[in-house]
Amino acid sequence: MNAKLTRRRFIKGVIFSGAAATTGAGVYLAQAQSGLAAAERLLTLNVNGQDRTVDALPQETLAHTLRYRLNLTGTKIGCNRGECGACTVLINGVPNYSCSVLTHNVKGQAVVSIEGVKAADGTLHPVQQAFVAENSPQCGFCTPGQVMSAVALLNNNPAPDRQQVRMALSGNLCRCGAYEHYINGVLRAAGQLA
Amino acid sequence: MPSHDVMPNMELYQPAVLEDALAIADRLGDRGWLVGGGQDTYGWLKDRAKTTDALIDLSGIDSLRGIRQDGDTLEIGAMTTLTEVAENPLVRGQFSLLAEASGIVASPQIRNIGTIGGNVSQDVRCWYYRRGLSCYRAGGNLCYADTPEGMNREHALFEGSRCVAAGASDTAPALVALNASMVIRNSGGEREVSAEDFFVGPALDILNTTMLRPGDVLTAIRLPSDWRGASFHFEKVADRNVWDFSLVSIAAAFRLNGDSISEASIVCGAVQTTPRRLRNVENALRGMSKSMTTAEAVSPMATAGARALAHNGFKIPLMRNLVKRAIAA
Repeated sequence: MNAKLTRRRFIKGVIFSGAAATTGAGVYLAQAQSGLAAAERLLTLNVNGQDRTVDALPQETLAHTLRYRLNLTGTKIGCNRGECGACTVLINGVPNYSCSVLTHNVKGQAVVSIEGVKAADGTLHPVQQAFVAENSPQCGFCTPGQVMSAVALLNNNPAPDRQQVRMALSGNLCRCGAYEHYINGVLRAAGQLA
Repeated sequence: MPSHDVMPNMELYQPAVLEDALAIADRLGDRGWLVGGGQDTYGWLKDRAKTTDALIDLSGIDSLRGIRQDGDTLEIGAMTTLTEVAENPLVRGQFSLLAEASGIVASPQIRNIGTIGGNVSQDVRCWYYRRGLSCYRAGGNLCYADTPEGMNREHALFEGSRCVAAGASDTAPALVALNASMVIRNSGGEREVSAEDFFVGPALDILNTTMLRPGDVLTAIRLPSDWRGASFHFEKVADRNVWDFSLVSIAAAFRLNGDSISEASIVCGAVQTTPRRLRNVENALRGMSKSMTTAEAVSPMATAGARALAHNGFKIPLMRNLVKRAIAA
């Protein structure tokens, strides 16, 4: 065994699923079974400004954890394979597909889902208000993801032009085809609607 | 195809330093699966088309991230995201070709987490193979795509050898065009190979698309000064502007002497499993003017030897026209 791979460092770095005992990783399993293995699945996430402790499987995606462990069902799962954008959340301010990020990968990072976008007193975010004003959503399923991408854009670029909005929302599919309405909504939120 | 909410049970290793990752990768061998941004990996695992006992997540290793100038060489850590590569001032200033290629991969969200190391290491996009069928590439003994009724519109024109899948990476052609080299570490040490040798076709190895083997970690990509600040042209043609993989892409670099081309590097993507360097075109261009006349004269050479399948014949004029456009631009 590599001398640098100390037992302590190893235990810090490995998370065992319930199936570990059957997978034949005997050497590691034997070394890591020191009472810490089960606890390793527990992790603390920072979601919408709150620290939340969850017991997440090693292979669990963030979308699954948000919806089915934290009951934050505003985040939608459309394709569950990074091809639609309905599950978009912000991780340290950057839009990501939560269906294609492991929960264990966002330890210690700030996750913002659609539930965390409105103000503390319940006032809608300017993007949400503008989407209402512009009738942006049709069926509404992709809307949480569209809002997240738009919020991330305006945080970085408060006065985008139409092409920049188009690019920023390009990773969010809308099967109703309401793209122009969403783009108008973002431009309205930015005060850029002519 | 059944859709699964979750991936099957597996272990997850999250090493914080490269030495730990190498030790774990070495110990697990082919039972471990190295994961960068995971944007190729999770699809395989969710579909149960491939499985693994353990994921080795490289995202916690800071030394694999970032872009640094090292003398004449620009070094890009393998875990640097495609967004970071596309926006980095050093890359944009010296090798805008690579910045453009990185900035057009998939979608913004995928580029925000997808890494350049993962982009060049991703598997091919043949749906028969992705479906989990037992084709040649999956260790079986037939190809479902290269048949009269097979869906092979996106498949390869060149170098088919049992498998006719086309490479999916947008950055790979740019890296080959720029004479990049790949830095590979394993528990035995470090080696550096040219991007051209890094990618392997089915004739050489039908089970892999790169020379990475269990225990190997791609740690960095180095760009030598050969083509720094050259005149570049990148273009990707796909059915959709977002998410989609290339039908054909082109990455080209030119050194000019007045009006004439003193040297050229021209590479096409998605026409075979590996990036295809068009050496015959490069040689023919030397000393010629960079003009439409030259482009018209030289571009037919680009597709010499192409073998169309039942449904991908359109790629031949497409490839020729992209070469023409790169030269005339």
